Amino acid sequence: MIEYIIEKQNKFSLGLKELIRYRELFYFFTWRDIKVKYKQAALGFLWAVLQPLIMMLVFTLIFSKGLGVKSEGIPYPIFALSGLIIWNIFSSGLLNSANSMVTNANIIKKIYFPRLIIPMSSVLASLFDFCFALLIYIVVIIFYHYDTNWLKVLYCLPLSILLTVMTTFGIGTFFAAFNVKYRDFQYVIPFLVQFLLFANPVLYSSKIFTNGFFYWIMKLNPIANAINLSRSAFTGGDADWNGVGLAFTVAIVIFFVGIYTFRKTEAYFADLA
Amino acid sequence: MKPILEIQHLTKEFMIGGEQEKYLALRDILSNPLKKLKQPSKKQFRALDDVNFTVMPGESIGIIGRNGAGKSTLLKILSHITPPTSGRIICRGRTASLLEVGTGFHQELTGRENIYMNGSILGMRKAEIDKHFDAIVDFSGVEEFLDTPLKRYSSGMQLRLAFAVAAHLEPEVLIIDEVLAVGDSEFQKKCLGKMNEVSKSGRTVLFVSHHMGTIAQLCRKVLVLDKGKVLDFTNNAMAGIERYIKLNKSNATYINEQAPDNQITSVKKVTLSNAKNEFSSEFTNKDDIVFDLELSFDRKTLPANSSLFFSVLNQFKMPVFSDEKEITSEKMRLRILPDFLVQGSYSIVVIIHLLPSHEYFRVEDICSFNIIDTDSNLMFYNTFNYNYGNVFGKIQWEEI
Repeated sequence: MIEYIIEKQNKFSLGLKELIRYRELFYFFTWRDIKVKYKQAALGFLWAVLQPLIMMLVFTLIFSKGLGVKSEGIPYPIFALSGLIIWNIFSSGLLNSANSMVTNANIIKKIYFPRLIIPMSSVLASLFDFCFALLIYIVVIIFYHYDTNWLKVLYCLPLSILLTVMTTFGIGTFFAAFNVKYRDFQYVIPFLVQFLLFANPVLYSSKIFTNGFFYWIMKLNPIANAINLSRSAFTGGDADWNGVGLAFTVAIVIFFVGIYTFRKTEAYFADLA
Repeated sequence: MKPILEIQHLTKEFMIGGEQEKYLALRDILSNPLKKLKQPSKKQFRALDDVNFTVMPGESIGIIGRNGAGKSTLLKILSHITPPTSGRIICRGRTASLLEVGTGFHQELTGRENIYMNGSILGMRKAEIDKHFDAIVDFSGVEEFLDTPLKRYSSGMQLRLAFAVAAHLEPEVLIIDEVLAVGDSEFQKKCLGKMNEVSKSGRTVLFVSHHMGTIAQLCRKVLVLDKGKVLDFTNNAMAGIERYIKLNKSNATYINEQAPDNQITSVKKVTLSNAKNEFSSEFTNKDDIVFDLELSFDRKTLPANSSLFFSVLNQFKMPVFSDEKEITSEKMRLRILPDFLVQGSYSIVVIIHLLPSHEYFRVEDICSFNIIDTDSNLMFYNTFNYNYGNVFGKIQWEEI
């Protein structure tokens, strides 16, 4: 016999039980986001592959050939792609989840379901793109006859992905919550993402910083660590486990701050959207 | 048996004006710092004010009220979309809400995909949707278009599909908000039929509508809201509806305040009087009901053969009868003969047009009047609030 009470919520709850009850909706929202993205595109899912590929080609041309950026002695495409595949999870995940509440405003105003599902699905949808990008990367590695320690990849890559997803989700939900009330964020975020692309060691090596301010930024930055972890897995070289540990701590904090902000303001989204 | 819904001291306030406006941008605050210094007038708007009522399982309740009375806000709180400012609701059953048809529909997805998306959003499990899939497709009638993207559907088809999914929800409490206001009559009949089925199957239904006919047909009980407060909560649907109508009561005399120079023609004044030429709005069935209409028109611009179209509306705002007369002069008089309209409340609609295609003037629901039955053979039916129609039949009984 169900009995529940609708009233003004004063205490905070994560809403885990509810999320489990609505688990099927996760699947449907993610599936919808993915389908809609590639519908009516003649090349369809191929774009998930082309995008990182083209990025890699362009950056190889400009950064490696043009500017002569050092890539630790590894062929630049392999170097860059190891970072790009992780970076794309973050950038598209963040962009989509930050705007997700506003894009779905009409559904939020008419029906109830745990609102967390919306930004979560956006992040999960970007993981789908990641799978294709990974495929292309493996092809590139084989093409270059590069000697990758696949065992290392097997245990490092999932960790790297987890780190990225947690951070993306934390920041994404945080912005999603704010974007509902202050629409500025939809302009701030694309700009922020662009800036972060260069602030993170995606296209260059973080090893150029040995101490000082930038060194610590790289050390604590979860995305930088995720990229470096992925990079060391695919290209050989030691992973900075110290950094990874620190990064996970930071990521967990970001994750919970994001969810907390979201849950606190969730009830009023329908009134503000 | 415990009540399935208990609404206790429910209040919902919104702040209007000032800080809580939509689309607040940092840009606005930065560009106008003075705005912040002056205290913005934050008015509190009470959408719902201490609402209390109880719903037992299996009841079908119509929620009526004027626009802005708080009906949709009440439904939104019941559906968990917005929280109450104070008070609470105790729910003892799974609720599903239909506040809009086609929630979650995406134009790029096919019909089949949208059924799953919509069903899932409404709270159905995938297994449930699978079970009802064929019935849903059948009800909507879009079988051959199932795998075409929704954007290729006509609006009617989309509506039918949306309602088909919603109609197969199986919650304990179903909450519906005026979704039947759209769609053609065929569709409305289908919806009404399904809703009848739902309430007869023992499910609790809360239904918001402005259409009194539907409310009277579907709902056992009626909740009347006005300005956020409960005006009436009664088992007698007709009495509740009349209470609501009385809120809108207009004068027996109609005076058009608008300047007639920007109109080709208009009705300036309509008065009601009885056979003895006295102004009145209460009549017996033996009275003549006389309408005096004063028109204004320019003989040069008003097309010839323009006519005045006159309708009498019943207590549900449905037309009882209408008639039309060519306009020949500025004053027109219409007399309703005695023993025609039965006891009840009525109002009128006046239209000036050149065939229904060219309407020059229209005014609806004016000059309310009441008729009291004093001596007809159906007089006693009025005490039971039994709806036996609006006119005395033009019939004769014959021996064979």
